[in-house]
Amino acid sequence: MKCEVLSNVFLKERRLLLDLAVPAGFAAASPGQFLHIRIEDSCDPLLRRPLSIHDYCASGKKNGVVVRVLYEVVGKGTALLSEKKPYSEIDCLGPLGSGFDMEKIAGYKNVYIIAGGMGVAPLFFLVRKIMECKVKSVKCKVAVLLGVKTKNDILREKEFKDLGCQVHIATEDGSKGFKGRVTELLKEKLQPRSIICACGPKPMLAAVSEIARSNNVPAQVSLEEFMGCGLGACLGCVIRTTSGYKRICHDGPVFDSSEIIWKD
Amino acid sequence: MKPRLEVKIAGLKLKNPVMTASGTFGYGDEFADYVDPARLGAVITKTITLHRREGNRPPRISETAAGMLNSIGLQNNGLDDFIKNKLGAYKDPRIKLIVSVGGETNAEYGRIVRELSVFKQVSAFELNISCPNIEYKDKIIAQDERLTREVVKEARRNTRLPLIVKLSPNVDDIAKIARAAQDAGADAVSLINTFLGMAIDVRTRKSILGNITGGLSGPAIKPIALRMVWQVRNSITLPIIGMGGIMTARDALEFIIAGASCVAVGTVNFVDPGASLEIIAGIERYLVEHKFKGINELVGSLNVS
Ligand SMILES: Cc1cc2nc3c(=O)[nH]c(=O)nc-3n(C[C@H](O)[C@H](O)[C@H](O)COP(=O)(O)OP(=O)(O)OC[C@H]3O[C@@H](n4cnc5c(N)ncnc54)[C@H](O)[C@@H]3O)c2cc1C
Ligand SMILES: Cc1cc2nc3c(=O)[nH]c(=O)nc-3n(C[C@H](O)[C@H](O)[C@H](O)COP(=O)(O)O)c2cc1C
Ligand code: FES
Repeated sequence: MKCEVLSNVFLKERRLLLDLAVPAGFAAASPGQFLHIRIEDSCDPLLRRPLSIHDYCASGKKNGVVVRVLYEVVGKGTALLSEKKPYSEIDCLGPLGSGFDMEKIAGYKNVYIIAGGMGVAPLFFLVRKIMECKVKSVKCKVAVLLGVKTKNDILREKEFKDLGCQVHIATEDGSKGFKGRVTELLKEKLQPRSIICACGPKPMLAAVSEIARSNNVPAQVSLEEFMGCGLGACLGCVIRTTSGYKRICHDGPVFDSSEIIWKD
Repeated sequence: MKPRLEVKIAGLKLKNPVMTASGTFGYGDEFADYVDPARLGAVITKTITLHRREGNRPPRISETAAGMLNSIGLQNNGLDDFIKNKLGAYKDPRIKLIVSVGGETNAEYGRIVRELSVFKQVSAFELNISCPNIEYKDKIIAQDERLTREVVKEARRNTRLPLIVKLSPNVDDIAKIARAAQDAGADAVSLINTFLGMAIDVRTRKSILGNITGGLSGPAIKPIALRMVWQVRNSITLPIIGMGGIMTARDALEFIIAGASCVAVGTVNFVDPGASLEIIAGIERYLVEHKFKGINELVGSLNVS
């Protein structure tokens, strides 16, 4: 479906925020889902690129809806995407995939959101949705742990705070907040009777999964793999689980961490 | 007057010459939001095997210049699951379903086609012979005339439904294998399957694919696929289903002019899930513009003067 670019702006070097006007007929999105984007009408790059839905909200215009994407320029496709100007159109499939289990999350008093680097992308929409349901309930705590290499890589800190949740920063070089990995910070902060939602590099998610297991709390993790169809047909994007290979694009990208077999 | 898009091939009557290639369209249901399979010439399923196959370790996909590598490893849930959970979904009698069949022994191919022949949803079989035969030191069937002949004969003994033999391009002379398939009783050949290739991540010095090598598909392979269709067309009399890198109606027309009665589209389904329908519409427009009464006039019409 063709989506019009409303804005596409650099937040920090190499990281951009893209706002797309959602055309009529686009199904409502839920947190953890993604768009499968055809960046150019060309043979190179050929395949679509999966990008998470960073937010999905009213645009201000009558009945208008905006789908927002937070992305990093890492290669050919994302470099071309960063050059898109307002009023141009981008071909998007979506919302695709199965996202976070909101019902399950609603049953917990403490929610820990763990973002490793660009893993923050799908988590903003999630936190906004959780806060929407939770504001009225008492004593619910949502803690967002942002893990980055260095302070300059921190994204969306203010926006998370504006939603009313606690934000903790972990930098690997110690330039801000906790010095070390975000998973070390999680170990420090984690309370019983909590649920964890995480997105980031696979080794980080494996560590989160191990922390969840040893503390006997559930964790939902959002995974990545190269994609072909994005529709569950080609079996190109699989992850090994306790019940065989599953498709990240269709059965995920969000999985219960206890289901994933992490070692290669 | 509207030009005729119908084709008759291997005893099948198809609405139009455009099929979806095995492994790129699942079992059709995954694309339900984009394509009504009843509008296609035919749907060729993901290859099924007798027993469930896990498939290869990921990563299974890597993009290359104007193409992609895949090493899915024939992941599928096996014959019984296909019968129980997939066949039932094809209720619409307008859908032409071609089941792609793979196996490790000739007997496996024979058994699958025999068991599936009783289902009226199944219109034909495509034998995916790019599989290693474990009884012959894992030799790839499609790379050996004798193995090709044997597997086609065994399938032939077990079904009266049309048999399409899918040829591999990873051979020294594809026409030789096509002739072997024809001699053994095939009703049509389809070509080509993917080219064996690889890609390396220089940072880690590891192959990008978990399986190290994989099959190259997409526009990058089109010129070679086209040449092979032309070559096979000149060596056998069986009808040909042409494929390899088709992205547009023009690409499809090239294959038809080179000698293919039908085409199959694969990788383009990932780029644009509705591409197969656009290609059908584009072929029709071409026939109108160039005043052809039907697609048959175009098949093998390459002007070599
Ligand atoms: C479900 C899902 C959601 C995603 N959401 C986001 C998001 O919200 N924001 C964001 O910035 N990125 C996201 N990604 C990753 C994003 O898809 C890739 O960064 C992008 O496809 C790279 O395209 P490219 O052409 O720029 O890079 P390429 O030229 O294709 O590759 C450049 C580098 O990026 C790596 N890469 C390419 N594709 C992927 C991939 N699918 N997963 C991991 N690494 C990859 C390659 O190994 C290579 O090193 C997501 C991936 C998935 C699977
Ligand atoms: C992801 C993927 C999976 C495939 N799986 C199969 C398969 O199961 N059986 C088969 O015969 N061919 C399979 N193929 C090959 C295609 O059917 C087709 O022959 C090939 O991709 C060339 O066409 P294309 O360039 O249009 O994709 C697969 C191709 C891709 C890209
Ligand atoms: S990308 Fe095709 S099955 Fe996931």
